[in-house]
Amino acid sequence: MAGTLTRKDFVSNQEVRWCPGCGDYAILAQVQKVLPEFGVAREKVVFISGIGCSSRFPYYMNTYGFHTIHGRAPAIATGLKVTRPDLEVWVVTGDGDGLSIGGNHLVHALRRNIGLKILLFNNRIYGLTKGQYSPTSEVGKVTKSTPMGSVDFPFNPIAVALGAHASFVCRAVDVEQKHLGEMLRRAHEHRGGAFIEIFQNCNIFNDGAFHELTDKPLKADYQLILEHGKPLIFGRNRDKGVRLNGHKPEIVTLANGASEKDLLVHDETDPALGFILANFAPPMPTPIGVFYVDSRPPFEAEMNRQLERAKEQRGVGDLRKLLYGGDTWTVS
Amino acid sequence: MAAPAYLPQGAQPADGLAPRLLDGNKAAAYGVLLCRPDLIAAYPITPQTPLLEQLYKFKADGRLTAETVEVEGENSALSAALGVTVAGGRAFTATSSMGLTFMYDAYLFASGTRVPVVMVIAMREQTAPTTVSCGQQDLMMVKEGGWVQLVCESCQEILDSILVAYRLAEDPQVQLPVNVCYEGYYLSHLSEPVTVPAQEAVDRFLLPVRDKRRPVLGTEHPMTFGTYVVGELYAEYRYKHCQAMERAGGMLDAIDGEFRAALGRPYGGAVEAYRAEDAEFLMVTMGSAAGTLKVVVDELRKEGIAAGLARVRMFRPLPARELLGLMRGKRAVGVVDRSVSFGWNRGHLFIDVKAVAQDLEPRIPVVSFIGGLAGTDLRRDLLAGAARTTWERGRGRAGAEVIWLGLE
Ligand code: SF4
Repeated sequence: MAGTLTRKDFVSNQEVRWCPGCGDYAILAQVQKVLPEFGVAREKVVFISGIGCSSRFPYYMNTYGFHTIHGRAPAIATGLKVTRPDLEVWVVTGDGDGLSIGGNHLVHALRRNIGLKILLFNNRIYGLTKGQYSPTSEVGKVTKSTPMGSVDFPFNPIAVALGAHASFVCRAVDVEQKHLGEMLRRAHEHRGGAFIEIFQNCNIFNDGAFHELTDKPLKADYQLILEHGKPLIFGRNRDKGVRLNGHKPEIVTLANGASEKDLLVHDETDPALGFILANFAPPMPTPIGVFYVDSRPPFEAEMNRQLERAKEQRGVGDLRKLLYGGDTWTVS
Repeated sequence: MAAPAYLPQGAQPADGLAPRLLDGNKAAAYGVLLCRPDLIAAYPITPQTPLLEQLYKFKADGRLTAETVEVEGENSALSAALGVTVAGGRAFTATSSMGLTFMYDAYLFASGTRVPVVMVIAMREQTAPTTVSCGQQDLMMVKEGGWVQLVCESCQEILDSILVAYRLAEDPQVQLPVNVCYEGYYLSHLSEPVTVPAQEAVDRFLLPVRDKRRPVLGTEHPMTFGTYVVGELYAEYRYKHCQAMERAGGMLDAIDGEFRAALGRPYGGAVEAYRAEDAEFLMVTMGSAAGTLKVVVDELRKEGIAAGLARVRMFRPLPARELLGLMRGKRAVGVVDRSVSFGWNRGHLFIDVKAVAQDLEPRIPVVSFIGGLAGTDLRRDLLAGAARTTWERGRGRAGAEVIWLGLE
């Protein structure tokens, strides 16, 4: 029974094979913790992945799972979700799998608003092939494939998702467990496609890529937690805020002539604000939380509605009649 | 000149003076460096990745002047290589397994438009089941793709084959893309002493690309690549493609001569014959297992069993004439494949060899041995068993046409 499930029910008997200390463990732990709380029966849950370190995820979930082809998880998941909209389909991908080789499939799954819950583990490196730069690595990044530093301008996954008109876009951090759990819950509750970028530490090939967001003494000054309807305030003394100067965001110090009512108030339903937040770059803090939500209906619902309408108007079809009716003739 | 088998740590011989210890991927990288490419476009995939990393290192060290792009997928890797090649440049890329299948459209486009690009296949099994282990199945998925395909046995052969690949590809009589194939791990990650030739020697063998005459995009003689054709013209394209493949096959002996003249050592021909002339029966294979089979042949010879080996070095075009010559007069042939053809339940090389053997009079038994899949070792005992079985078949013992080594 779905209602009585616990974390244990979602833990498979497979030995977890990520490097010790990898951020993937924290994400797995949180997913296994919150899934039983959603009350969905295990046999209704599917995890689909592509290729990469993160794509080992389905092995560890005691649900249906499919470890597929490099980059293709969103496409395969699309096929499943549109034919079985009753299933809760999670896609696990990474910055290489989802934004390099599978970039095409990812943006189209988001654009179509297929009801998938897409977790993109962003560690800004190719981990499985042992440390080449990825499409989210920063310019100047020195890796085995860029010994003189990368000259490639990176993708900003949140901006990509917004650009593809994803209907739910959020960001979480692997070790911010409570917040990550909350984002997973929001994704689950969202009716439509959900995109969650999760900053994930690859301690072997790109250690500390997000340390400002995870180191206790630093994170309050670098992390901006987005909450709908609340002003953008951050800082260890909660004394810094963000306000708009025209279209440009700027940091103001509260009590320094600025008050809370001057600050930008987060509105998850405003796509323009979502873009502004997505493009925050130092010295601006890094936003985490929900950037944007849109309630447009998911693709599979619309598709099925269309089918139902056709049936209502023209009755259930007869394939034989279709094949032998109309434009056919006998060659003699 | 006697040269040390390997160099003491830290020793830096001048190129061309002494062999150095290189694994297959590094040997390939040295080969590419010496060919002075204009562009390297690739996407990392196991077990090819260290080859790219070595090239990027050459570039960082200032030794390689090529532009390097880590593209977003293999499809783009070969496509970018095509772009620079039709513009008159020299491009290189490399891949394995799923990367190869992911670039299949560009792969067929390259051969159909006769673009002389060179690509390494660090051979690996084909998913699914998901694996990154060695096998030759990936090559077999593209064997009908219209490329010239060279298959190596050693790290030295990998380096040499890269030079030969460009020489062949860019020849006005050929104008075809060429694959240099070697098995993942068994060769890509195996270190052996490799002689790295001097740049001047390679330049004598392979003219720098700007000194070559070949059809390229340019303003003087405007040209279109990849045009839409139908009917007879299409058939003519295919006809000419096949003719070019035949010429590529026939050219290897002449290229071997040029190689000797420039580098002072042979490259060899389309098939390597090992103790084959006076053999009673013949084993046939491609790639790294040939080394073990040579040991098996020697051991059987000591027992008084006249075994021989034919190692196919040029897989496409298939050196049918050479194979037929080597099989003539033998009592049986055993073919060892590291891949399987579904629906045939035979190895791919076996199917080719069996087709060639139809021209033998009288007919002889040809046996398919399938083994070494997903990185399992083609051990000496397994291959000795295969050789003995072949020998017995030649002496009239009946048996199945296909045997899965280690499974049956
Ligand atoms: S390589 Fe990096 S991302 Fe992959 S398992 Fe190891 S730590 Fe995690």
